[in-house]
Amino acid sequence: MAKNNNNVPAGRRKGMKLGTRNTLVGLSFIAPNFIGFFIFILIPVAFSFVLSFMKWDGFTEMTFVGLDNFVKIFKDQYFVQALGRTLYYAVFAVTLTTFAALGLAVLVNKGIKAVGFFRSSIFFPYVASTVAVGAVWRQLFMKDYGPINAFLQLIGIENPPGWLASSKWALPAVIIVTVWKSMGYFMIVYLGALQNIPQELEEASALDGASKFQHFWRITFPMLAPSTFFVVLMNIINSFKAFDLIWVLTEGGPGQATTLMVNYIYNNGFNTTTPKYGIASAAAMVLFAIVAIITIVQFRVEKRTSN
Amino acid sequence: MIEKRSPMRKVLIYIALIVITVVTLLPLVWMLSASLKLDKDVFSVPIQWIPKNPEWANYSKIWEKINFGLYTFNSVKLTVIITLIQVLTSSFAAYGFAKCKFKGRDTLFLAYVATIAIPWQVYMLPQFIEMRMLGLTNSHLGYILMQSFIALGVFLMRQAYMSIPDELLEAARIDGLNEYGIFFRIILPLSGPSLATLTIFSFTTIWNDFMGPMIYFSPDRLKTIQLGIRLFMGQYSSEFGLIMAASVVALVPVAIMFLFFQRYFVQGVATTGLKG
Repeated sequence: MAKNNNNVPAGRRKGMKLGTRNTLVGLSFIAPNFIGFFIFILIPVAFSFVLSFMKWDGFTEMTFVGLDNFVKIFKDQYFVQALGRTLYYAVFAVTLTTFAALGLAVLVNKGIKAVGFFRSSIFFPYVASTVAVGAVWRQLFMKDYGPINAFLQLIGIENPPGWLASSKWALPAVIIVTVWKSMGYFMIVYLGALQNIPQELEEASALDGASKFQHFWRITFPMLAPSTFFVVLMNIINSFKAFDLIWVLTEGGPGQATTLMVNYIYNNGFNTTTPKYGIASAAAMVLFAIVAIITIVQFRVEKRTSN
Repeated sequence: MIEKRSPMRKVLIYIALIVITVVTLLPLVWMLSASLKLDKDVFSVPIQWIPKNPEWANYSKIWEKINFGLYTFNSVKLTVIITLIQVLTSSFAAYGFAKCKFKGRDTLFLAYVATIAIPWQVYMLPQFIEMRMLGLTNSHLGYILMQSFIALGVFLMRQAYMSIPDELLEAARIDGLNEYGIFFRIILPLSGPSLATLTIFSFTTIWNDFMGPMIYFSPDRLKTIQLGIRLFMGQYSSEFGLIMAASVVALVPVAIMFLFFQRYFVQGVATTGLKG
């Protein structure tokens, strides 16, 4: 289109239809980003669907295998276990993070002094480098001389767990670090919502003789429902995307003890000399389906509540 | 009524908050403290939170043992370039989507919105394969291209521009400003807070990114600071003090940003919540 316009004499160009002109101006704004977005994001997204129906190792010919990859991963105990472990991780990480975030937000919102200090301190781990904090927690969790076990022994626990070195305790340890790192983020989300709840409600409850505790569970908590919904769903999605922190803490081990969904994709697609791109992509599609369902539910519910 | 709350209650709230905050910060205090200790003293009991003879040499050793200077340089370079490209092209595109009227605009924008909901982990493999076909893996360029055009930036800036009234732009048009003039003279100056939020979000994400560089950079000369710490942990696993010193260095830029621009970090929570 641009080429055509260059051939048009200046006089005619002025008379160019307003619609065309607007389109060109609009596209000129969008193009620098859109070209990159199209090539490096949209094409890979489309490619990921295609790849999940293919058998390919990156070297030999790509062959179409239909739903074979999906059948295979659900027969693969490593995948099924990774999925199960992700669910276990999600259930605990989501529940603990949500309660911690809510509790912290309520405490911080009590009209105390130095709110900023408490809020920032609790939020900071969220923005801190995952590798750096992973490195710290590895030391804290050390079996024999780590400070956590030293503390546990001090309070009388004789055989403290091996944490990251034990296949039984590695995932709980990972969950603890996850909650520590993300609770501040969701506390801020809750704080935003709490500030929109009028203080008069508490006064009214007090006049009616309700205790603070009753007021919280009967009035505040229901009013926070949209935020809780958002926090829980965001947390579930984050759980399914989890990789960096776990990789730094355990590399998915010991054995497969902390190998979750993304780790399974990584193992089949990258971390091997015989990559199975189809298998990795099928697993990625399962991940996508889970996240998509959650997102759609979120959209629907949010739409309904805003109407 | 609110003021009449018993002082006892208030004291309890403070105590609870202080305990929680201290426990939350303890790992970071450990990091700082251990970074100034000899390896043999890191785990000595009782814990010496403030080392008597701080081992400042740890901070010079990390630059000698591995290519830490190079990794830091790479991190700075990638973070600055990607943040610049992302902020510039996103705000530009966002203006097109928010304030220019043309056919197909909403369809194009829908493509952006749709990909926000798709986690990167879903398409990281095909993206990597594409980059390899283009000969861009094992180069900084490939990583820059994959990180610079995420949809979130466009989405965030568009939200900001939508709140700027059209009448203002109409007045400027009557005064003879063209669309580019409007963008640079009116829109950009008005969207400072959103620009800051996006800049900080992009800076933190790229600086802290681990999986992207891990996949894209195998040669040592390309590695970033986050990969450097990982390398350190692998090669010198018992040099506890040095690992912590390296971690502190990796943490400092974001910590400084956080100290000065907290407001925008907090604002980022509200807007990036959509990232999903």
